[in-house]
Amino acid sequence: MHFFLPNNLKYLVEDEYVYMSQLPIIIVGNGISGTTVARTIRKQRDVPLVMISNESPYFFSRTALMYVFMGHMRWEDLEPYERSFWGENQIELMQAKVSEIRPENRQVLLENGKQLAYEKLVLATGSKPKFYDWKGQQLAGVQGLYSKQDLDCLEGWAKDTQQAVIVGGGLIGVELAEMLCSRGINVHFLVRERSFWGTVLSEEEGRLLEQHIQAHGVTLHLETELSEIIGDTHGRAKAVVTSTGVTIPCEFVGLTTGVVPNIDYAKSSTLEIDRGILVDQYLATNHPDIYAIGDCAQLREPPPHRSAIEAMWYTGRMMGETLAQTLCGQPTPYRPGNWFNSAKFFDIEYQTYGTVHTKPSSTEEHFLWIHPKKNIGLRVAYHPKTAAFLGLNAFGMRIRHQLIDQYLNEKITIQELMQQLESINFNPEFSTSYSNQIFNAWQQHQK
Amino acid sequence: MAAAPKIISRKTGKNMGLILGGLGLLLLLYSLVSSTWAKSSSGLVMSLGLIALGSFFYSDQLYRNRHPGIHNDGVWFTSLTNRGILGWFVAMALTVFYCCLYFYPERLGYYPNGNTGLIQFFDPLSLVLNGKFATQWFVYGVIYTLAILLFGIKFLYKYRHSRYQSIRTLSVMFFQLCFAFLIPEFLSLMHPDTPYFAKDLKNMWPLNHYFFESWHLNNMLNGGTLGLVMLGGGLSMIFIISPVLTYWYGKRWYCSWVCGCGALAETAGDPFRQLSSKRLSIWKLERWIIHLVLVLVVLTTIAVLWSFLGKQPNAIYLTQENFIIGVVIGLSTLMSAIYCFKRKELNKDALYSLLSVGILIIGTLSIQSFSGEKHILFIKSYTLTKWYGFAIGAIFSGVLGVGFYPLLGSRVWCRFGCPMAAILGLQQRLFSRFRITTNGGQCISCGNCSTYCEMGIDVRAYAQRGQNIVRSSCVGCGICSTVCPRGVLKLENGPVENRTLLPPFPLGNATEKQS
Repeated sequence: MHFFLPNNLKYLVEDEYVYMSQLPIIIVGNGISGTTVARTIRKQRDVPLVMISNESPYFFSRTALMYVFMGHMRWEDLEPYERSFWGENQIELMQAKVSEIRPENRQVLLENGKQLAYEKLVLATGSKPKFYDWKGQQLAGVQGLYSKQDLDCLEGWAKDTQQAVIVGGGLIGVELAEMLCSRGINVHFLVRERSFWGTVLSEEEGRLLEQHIQAHGVTLHLETELSEIIGDTHGRAKAVVTSTGVTIPCEFVGLTTGVVPNIDYAKSSTLEIDRGILVDQYLATNHPDIYAIGDCAQLREPPPHRSAIEAMWYTGRMMGETLAQTLCGQPTPYRPGNWFNSAKFFDIEYQTYGTVHTKPSSTEEHFLWIHPKKNIGLRVAYHPKTAAFLGLNAFGMRIRHQLIDQYLNEKITIQELMQQLESINFNPEFSTSYSNQIFNAWQQHQK
Repeated sequence: MAAAPKIISRKTGKNMGLILGGLGLLLLLYSLVSSTWAKSSSGLVMSLGLIALGSFFYSDQLYRNRHPGIHNDGVWFTSLTNRGILGWFVAMALTVFYCCLYFYPERLGYYPNGNTGLIQFFDPLSLVLNGKFATQWFVYGVIYTLAILLFGIKFLYKYRHSRYQSIRTLSVMFFQLCFAFLIPEFLSLMHPDTPYFAKDLKNMWPLNHYFFESWHLNNMLNGGTLGLVMLGGGLSMIFIISPVLTYWYGKRWYCSWVCGCGALAETAGDPFRQLSSKRLSIWKLERWIIHLVLVLVVLTTIAVLWSFLGKQPNAIYLTQENFIIGVVIGLSTLMSAIYCFKRKELNKDALYSLLSVGILIIGTLSIQSFSGEKHILFIKSYTLTKWYGFAIGAIFSGVLGVGFYPLLGSRVWCRFGCPMAAILGLQQRLFSRFRITTNGGQCISCGNCSTYCEMGIDVRAYAQRGQNIVRSSCVGCGICSTVCPRGVLKLENGPVENRTLLPPFPLGNATEKQS
């Protein structure tokens, strides 16, 4: 049967109008959240899918941007799917910027003036770097690091940069430091906390990382914040002034003080937003046909031990998987399992599972083992009364996710965990085993 | 292309190493033009010494003062390793060398009645090691072994934080130096009068495609105890040692721990591993070509064995007819066994192998019916083996396989051409405890694993959906695991069951039922 297609049922793909017999599910953002939801829906359901991105035509691994800058990979190596994948799976890709959402008309407005109608709308627009209204933050040579465009800018500035200042001691900051070091640029790293990544890590591990980062030639300034960026006559950054009153000359300033949800386009709509787009446990916004997932979503009622906004690769992926079930007719609440995360600080790999706070408390005791010479360490959190295993942080040591996840679910005790050090070890074959040392340290710790 | 971004380096030290090594290489090549230099044995020592010293110095300066870790900075900015001008230049130079080696050895100075040039340059060393004047193959063997040792040292420096990589590299260096080079040379020295046969036990059929050819079998049979040992050793490698080890450890025990081709790819080829194509279409091509080569080599071998048996009038049990019956029964048993027990696991990888076995059965039967005294399947048996040796042995494994390292990556031969890899791959896919385990849901899809997979496996495609990697072509070099920034991949041996299980979603989401 041939339907008359109203104007809003056609949309522009590379200058050609494509007609659809059914309103599409529109996904704004083609990052890990948007891509996962699209792929997972496509596996189960034959519905038109449109994915809009302003950043890049194809999904890429944001977490690997640094490797392109360092010359480990080419841009195309960041793309986990071949470019023909999208056409083969009938996922329409559109490069455009969404300027406005009109829930009342089920419409998305694009910056180029086009309007698109949707059956369901999924907002997966990610984050943007968070700036704190510093004086001089608008100068040339000052930027955050989040998007493809940021990477392109950085490539431009790096060419004539001898010295750079990075503000903010988190994961992106240390990545940026490694990137700049790979080009032989002098890096000054301003960290607000008393020890590195002190909001997440305990002091001992912070110190371990500080030594390692400094060994790579980075000058660390702990307990130091940015007060001002000074520009030259051409409007390019030429120095920063720190909260400790020191002036550091530089040609580049990286602001890596965190990210905030990228939701400017939603602000004029009737969507309820706070810091992010507010969603219920089904990831639905206050409009029943609009959902938000990934970095840009803010859970109204976050699960215990979890934040309302988790700007994380894994979270985005899990939200995508969950929402796809709902959109395929099986309403499914978002219930992330045990927390896990990973990172790499120059040469030190880091993995975390479960809950480990920076400091022990009345409900959380810590056992810490750090290798006397190497950059290897393990911190295990457990309940002081029940001895239940709560979580661990591992440095320079790979841990078997599946087993730890199972142990966390089974609520085993730390004694039981200490018996399993060999089985939870995920280090490559022939790696030196520290199980005995750790176990002995644990015996000592108990005394 | 825009100017390559500047990359930090210890330039002066590195350059000194390059100059020393380059000088050594020039002195080596000088033997081609100067007849007095070609006669100088101290000249040979000096050239090889300078090459070794320069290379060692270069590696040392490049890596020693760096932190143990991944050193891939600037790989895609460097003309040698990103298919730039330097890469093309090296590829062309290597191709010229291989063409001379295989087709015009006299250009290198090889004359059976008195060498000149480069080959003569190596005469003193050859006389010491095996008591004969050098051949182009002796010269090649020396250069090949030297390359594996020197680039092996570089590799050991580069990956010194990984014990798997270090031990594996020491293993390939050991097997090349001893099994492929020193032992065969010494055996020749001790048995000067025996006819030639292969004395490198690890270089088994079908990688050594002439093992079953009549002349080679005859030479082994007439080679005294040593010949019989090599025959027995070769046969047990093929039929006993190799299947058992592959069952327990995957094909890596051979391809990236023992094999000489693998040794060169893993050491000298390491800077080029990222150049292998990861496209799906190339994977399809790979499965076609490698199984085609497998069919070709097995058929050729059956054919030459068949004609060999025809010339053994005293054989009672091992007649041509019984041989063909035996081969057909053997292959059919293999085929039915795969079909009965592994039907569920037959993805395309294994299907291609199965198809190859089927074609082989038909081919074998045709040999019996359509072959005569001197020809097999309407082709002269001599022509068949000669063309296999030319197309596969020389062009594929030599020129394309090594010469094109800087263009197509380091494992072109192993991936597309090696029949040994095809056989081990079939076993690895269906009857082996080896797999690369994905660590739950920790993958961030960064793509380092896929980029640095020399076999062109899209490792990330498996890792990001939480699936283990079980692929015919995987040689188990372990680089994916080494370069992974999040500790996601681990080469392991474990129960064969459920190795390839695909979870509905990667681990971490309690919403989804985890299997």
